[in-house]
Amino acid sequence: MWGRLRALIAKEFLAVWKDKKSRAVIIGPPLIQLLVFGYAATFDVNHVATAIYNEDSGLAARELIARFEGSPSFETVARLSRDAQIQDVIDPKEASLVIHIGQTFTRDLMARRPARVQLIVDGRESNTALIILGYASRIVADFNNEWLAARGEALPPARLVVRSWFNPNLESQWFIVPGIVALLTLVVTTVVTALTVAREREVGTFEQLLVTPFRPFEILIGKSVPALVIGLAEGTVIIAIGVFWFGVPFRGDLLLLYAGLFLYILSVIGVGLMVSSISRTQQQAILGAFLFVVPAVILSGFATPIANMPPFIQDLTLINPMRYFLVIVRGTFLEGLPAELVYARLWPMAAIAAVTLVGAGWMFRHRLG
Amino acid sequence: MSGSRVDAHGGSGEPATSMDVAGTPGLRLRGLVRKETLQILRDPSSISIAFVLPAILLLLFGYGISLDAKHVPVALVIENPTTETSSFAVSLINSPYFAPALVRDRRAAKEALVAGDADAIVVLRSDFSRRLRSPVGAPIQVIVNGTDANTARIIEGYMQGAWQKWLEQYSLDEGLALTPPVVTEQRVWFNAEVRSRNFLVPGLIAIIMTLIGTLLTAMVVAREWERGTMEALMVTPVRIGEILLGKLIPYFLLGMGGMALSTAMAVWVFDVPFRGSLAVLLVVSALFMLASLGMGLLISTIARSQFVAGQVAIIVAFLPAFILSGFIFDIASMPTVVQWITHIVPARYFVSSLQTLFLAGTVWPIVLANGAALALMAVIFLGLTRRKTHKSLE
Repeated sequence: MWGRLRALIAKEFLAVWKDKKSRAVIIGPPLIQLLVFGYAATFDVNHVATAIYNEDSGLAARELIARFEGSPSFETVARLSRDAQIQDVIDPKEASLVIHIGQTFTRDLMARRPARVQLIVDGRESNTALIILGYASRIVADFNNEWLAARGEALPPARLVVRSWFNPNLESQWFIVPGIVALLTLVVTTVVTALTVAREREVGTFEQLLVTPFRPFEILIGKSVPALVIGLAEGTVIIAIGVFWFGVPFRGDLLLLYAGLFLYILSVIGVGLMVSSISRTQQQAILGAFLFVVPAVILSGFATPIANMPPFIQDLTLINPMRYFLVIVRGTFLEGLPAELVYARLWPMAAIAAVTLVGAGWMFRHRLG
Repeated sequence: MSGSRVDAHGGSGEPATSMDVAGTPGLRLRGLVRKETLQILRDPSSISIAFVLPAILLLLFGYGISLDAKHVPVALVIENPTTETSSFAVSLINSPYFAPALVRDRRAAKEALVAGDADAIVVLRSDFSRRLRSPVGAPIQVIVNGTDANTARIIEGYMQGAWQKWLEQYSLDEGLALTPPVVTEQRVWFNAEVRSRNFLVPGLIAIIMTLIGTLLTAMVVAREWERGTMEALMVTPVRIGEILLGKLIPYFLLGMGGMALSTAMAVWVFDVPFRGSLAVLLVVSALFMLASLGMGLLISTIARSQFVAGQVAIIVAFLPAFILSGFIFDIASMPTVVQWITHIVPARYFVSSLQTLFLAGTVWPIVLANGAALALMAVIFLGLTRRKTHKSLE
């Protein structure tokens, strides 16, 4: 049995490998994407295009503006002199923020009346808008504290001291790059497996395979092993690039990460093979792969937190293997996730893998006709 | 097979003679369009890509993708309960953004943070009340889980708001004069409540239309190459331009149907305001559809196998549309080199146009620049396809 199983595995490897184009597709693009996405997928906001509309000639106004201009988060792109110009710079996205200081700013400040500063942001990109407002508020708060301190006035009775664990500078890259391990492994493994059975069905060789002495689970192993090897290799390369190129700290247990990666790939293979064995044509298989990959990525917590989703969709994410692996990969990279918390995410993936692999094996025979 | 069958009919209904097969260009094109349309209608998976897929994806993502954190679980440590600490706790409980849970000590709080049961820790130290009355003031220690940097930043902002609110109330109760020297007035244009859905749903439409335009055509045409029906079509008198047009027209209409459905859902299901001009939306969508269909055709012509075409379509169409289009990640904050790369992603221009047309209205400088870029890309992709298809025959 081992001899013929080996032959089958070798045949499946060749099926993926012998075609120069499909080989290239598996190796090149994922690595290019890792590099591009590693830099592109960032929630950090810097060099905010800022327009300054200052109607006050006082010293305090100039000092406040100097603080904005001195911050690396803001970049002055225009100076305005009329109300109507605000629309002229925001509408065509020439500026994302307009700082408007009215005529009475310095006078109010000196007279201890609240001096008003208007911050107008472009809300088309709501996340960026919130971050810009956060940065701007902090600059104003610093200005206030120093103004009060310089005049010997009372500071507020309580203050916030915020610290961030695991990622002290809140770098998006530390969050995104481990996520890309999960993303690209998912994409590559799914496309490798989703078409294997469907392609053979379309050509008719799958029926031939079924009449050989191979039992369905042997065919299952034959189809799974190449995908598993490719997935593990791809995952390893991405993890290495994450650590050595992007400099994301790795604080956890590598063994736990690989246990997670192994079960994750297995569960994705199960889904891929199931899609493949249900499909009658390659086109349906690709469509099926898409219907799995796209929601799996978006509903995994890769870009937006699962906690923000409505309860019904949160329940739906429980059957998404990527959800569990994302916690493991981010946790082992940044937090040094304790073993028992990793185990709690391993068994759901094992369960998904078991159900989908058995389902795929059963579909091999029962999809006939 | 189907290719030759339709050629025999020629779309004219007359008995097939050699004259009919050569036909007039208009007739030939009509026949081809009819053949492709029949093929789409006969395969339920194409119809489902165009109509069922957008509806499901839009519903799933429209509800699933949100950057608005609400009821953030917070582990609250109060080392010495007093009236002041409980008034602060109440202000957290009353905030819609937080779901605070009292924990024993810092260690328990740390465990909750690592286990993911809490996204932030707030510690009020034992001397909190005493230091409130001292000139230096009392610290409120906040620890956020920085793994998800964006959420951490959002939580920090909310915490700032809760603190400020409590401070005002406290000062009022204590009879302290607390007016900060400079007060900010924040105006968020186009999206006053800062709903992330208003920003994400228009972008989602672009992603979904990328899937339909590029993936569907890439697969369909690659299948013809694989089965040899493309060669069969080529030996008939139809010209290459006509074959391509015959493919383009039905899928273009299918895509525009999906587009109409998505727009209707955005407005009526997700309550995203539409402030621009519908006619402009139609034109920009048509240009985007042409560009992404062109990309799909080009992929299939080069790949010639469904396996490779499918993979390439995911890799060069879906993933860049998701990450490099400005749909969720701000392009202006990316490194310069990556910003250049985003210029060759058609979805980038479409996302920007959609966000503007939906939320801001018809801003001509944006619409014209994006429309021109899309038109250019459509011409390039379709032109390249035309050349590649021609060469391969020689």
